[in-house]
Amino acid sequence: MSGTATRRPADRLTTGLWATGGLVFLFIYLPLAVVVLYAFHDASIVAWPFKPFTTRWFGALLEDRALIDAAIASLKLALMATAIALGVGVPGAFALDRLQFPGKAAFERLVLLPLILPGVITGVALLTFFSFIGLSLSSGFPLVPGWPVVLGHGAALTSVVVTQVYARLRRFDRVLEEASQDLYASEWATFWNVTLPVIRSAVLGSALLVFTLSLDEIAVTFFLIGRQNTIPLQIWGLLRRGITPEVNAAATIIFALSVVVIVLWARLTREATE
Amino acid sequence: MSATELPRVTPLDRLRASTRLRTLVGAALPVGWVTILLLLPYLFLFAHSFFRLRNGQLTHELTLENYGRLFGTALYPQTILFSAGIALRVTLCSLLLAYPLAYLLAFKVKRHRNLLYMAVIIPLWVSYLVRAYAWKIILGQEGILNGFLMAIGVIDQPLTMLLYSKWAVMLALIHIYTPFTLMPIYAVLEAIPVSYKEASQDLYASRWATFRHVVLPLSLPGVVAGCTFAFVLSMGDFIAPLLLGGNDSALMVSNLVVSLFGVAFNWPLGAAVSVVMLGMTLVLLTIARGIEDRMNYAGGQGKAMGRGALHT
Amino acid sequence: MPPILQLSHLTKRFPNGAVAVDDVSLDVAPGEFLTLLGASGSGKTTTLRMIAGFEHPTSGEILMDGRPLTLLPPFKRELNTVFQQYALFPHMSVRDNVGYGLRMRKVPKAEIAERVAQALEMVQLGALGERAPRQLSGGQQQRVALARALVNRPRVLLLDEPLGALDLKLRKEMQLELKHLNRQLGITFLYVTHDQEEALTMSDRIALMRNGRIEQLSGPREMYEQPRTRYVADFIGETNLLAGKTAGSWIAIRPEHIRPAAVTDGPIRLDVTVTDVVFTGAVTRVHTRLASGEPLVLHWPAGGAPPAADARLTVTWDEERATRVGD
Repeated sequence: MSGTATRRPADRLTTGLWATGGLVFLFIYLPLAVVVLYAFHDASIVAWPFKPFTTRWFGALLEDRALIDAAIASLKLALMATAIALGVGVPGAFALDRLQFPGKAAFERLVLLPLILPGVITGVALLTFFSFIGLSLSSGFPLVPGWPVVLGHGAALTSVVVTQVYARLRRFDRVLEEASQDLYASEWATFWNVTLPVIRSAVLGSALLVFTLSLDEIAVTFFLIGRQNTIPLQIWGLLRRGITPEVNAAATIIFALSVVVIVLWARLTREATE
Repeated sequence: MSATELPRVTPLDRLRASTRLRTLVGAALPVGWVTILLLLPYLFLFAHSFFRLRNGQLTHELTLENYGRLFGTALYPQTILFSAGIALRVTLCSLLLAYPLAYLLAFKVKRHRNLLYMAVIIPLWVSYLVRAYAWKIILGQEGILNGFLMAIGVIDQPLTMLLYSKWAVMLALIHIYTPFTLMPIYAVLEAIPVSYKEASQDLYASRWATFRHVVLPLSLPGVVAGCTFAFVLSMGDFIAPLLLGGNDSALMVSNLVVSLFGVAFNWPLGAAVSVVMLGMTLVLLTIARGIEDRMNYAGGQGKAMGRGALHT
Repeated sequence: MPPILQLSHLTKRFPNGAVAVDDVSLDVAPGEFLTLLGASGSGKTTTLRMIAGFEHPTSGEILMDGRPLTLLPPFKRELNTVFQQYALFPHMSVRDNVGYGLRMRKVPKAEIAERVAQALEMVQLGALGERAPRQLSGGQQQRVALARALVNRPRVLLLDEPLGALDLKLRKEMQLELKHLNRQLGITFLYVTHDQEEALTMSDRIALMRNGRIEQLSGPREMYEQPRTRYVADFIGETNLLAGKTAGSWIAIRPEHIRPAAVTDGPIRLDVTVTDVVFTGAVTRVHTRLASGEPLVLHWPAGGAPPAADARLTVTWDEERATRVGD
């Protein structure tokens, strides 16, 4: 904490602050710790007391065909959603930053909506849309989990890319592009050699974010899913039926993966601000 | 140029026109996509709230009866108010928990501050289901809390009212949304220059007075943003009630929507409820943005709301 | 010799109605060091940017070697710019920065390496090729920006207030260095600044701009000694402006030409009261007030003891040193 030679007399305000902060931190983490702990619980019912230690639930995961299918579907979905979100979001961010076009203000508001509204509303809206145009929820299966859910994720998560890349673009000094053109690089060469490398961390970071969010997406997916479940929905089903520690094992893996992804994302975006 | 001559199109004009054309083409993809896949669906939702349900079949006839039912039957306004009440309590508790931790991180933590902040934020990205489910383990009849309390002899019988009640739902929601509330508050607090606090103390203000008169007002945009998020998202939450609500599981607005679009199969009514939710949310956001604008003394740092939405 | 660069009735009007450049015409001679001087908002930077290609003129033409430049994008123009804040690419090393233009023009790699090394030597940064821009000091970054432009051997070099961020001593050194490069390389330099002393130091000719127009175009000495309008007299160097006999006319006399009157001096004599005496090192400035209340500043001759405040003096100057200027 403080390494100063002289210390102010211990004051209750600061101690209280540390205590409160610490408790809140614990509050945030203990439930997660419990989930991870019980992934190693040596009994079929998740109950007190904890029985150490087994890894059989992780093994059970590998044999749970339905769960594995769901995992594959989730991965496919996440990859496609990321591709769509980047393909639409990066140009969208540039359009917001650089272009003046009719309806720009509305576009800006619209793009933010899925981020701010509860997922239920976006999910339900997309459902009515797809049913109206007659696109079946299972269309495209088994190549994709279903076109509506792919497009739905893409639509909802484009906002993440737009906001992140747009924020980065606003900090981007356009004189670098002028310098590049002054040095004989065409507009495309400038984008490729100067603009993109400089904003690369924001693009990659938002891609990672979209990927993770898609894997964990529940609300929109709930309404748009077809025949094949995604991981969250599969787990949801398991939860409603009965809780074996297998769910804990799955949750632990998801936790570990999320941590890795988020740390990567933090590294990427921190580099950008240096 | 005499009055009878037509204005000549100079090469410069043509250059400007081609730039404008490229602008429109460049904007076409993202704008088109967002229009088709976001604007239209929201509009369709709105339209669906006016459709009539005949003999369990969806028709495209326009009617106001859905709204009539919505506002006429006690169930719906009650549910909305109930959800709002829960959301309000969740928001307040989250605020009380988040602010001290945010303050601690922003001002009192010197080493590894980024690391600790990341640690606080990470749970947000961990599966939502996992976090809600955790409380099921903790609060169940054979769950951790009961087991623990019995083991130390505080109670003889497991408490049954812990799980499957609105308190469980609230607890889970507070747990889930506290980091959400924390982020914008931290962002704003961190941006307050140390020199402001130093200046305040130089002018004879105690630490508490400095907090009250300088730090707190400056942090309000973050507080507003964080609370708005927590409120809107907890009001729209349907997972926690379903997992932890038990008999109360249908008492939140989103659960209504889910069942109306599911088992109850009444899309128009579901759409109407959604539209009301949407309207409430938009109104709330507009108010929040207005408050935030007026309180944004820091200026030039971007809106706390925007930053919150960026999850950065 | 025909001008290398010609601006012909160049005008730039912005969408909000502001006219940044108003019918500017100018011929730039090959090899000369021409400065666009002016306060902010005078249109000097906008003019430079139009020549570089970053702004489209509303009307008018830019010709280089007699050929119109106006419709060409920047990457097709044979000129290079040194930017005010250097605009070094942060994700490239110094060497890659300097070689960028050559790379874009598909110059063979061996030649790029050689020319980059030469350019870095020329600005005395030979050892720093592998560094990243953020590891360099302001002065070093400025020289990298210079090398990056010069390595392409442009016909015309555009410089947009490149020395503004440097501290005084470094700035003066760089001014001389730029002047030398201009002479040595024979490249035409088109320089933008708001610092009149800088303009006087480096330029062959100065175009003083005001409100989008050229107020006066002449060599430094001529602009200093024979300002044509009150604005020019006031902008360049220090000057005293005394109301002339007719409205709208003024007499401009520079402080260094005013001295305490001796018996042998001519008919110009003014009685003044000293208000302030300011010692600035090389020169002692004596601020005075005329009977009419107008201020008058003079430089006290070196070696003499300056007067005290509130002292009364009679001052004079040689008639040919004063200029009559209009508004």
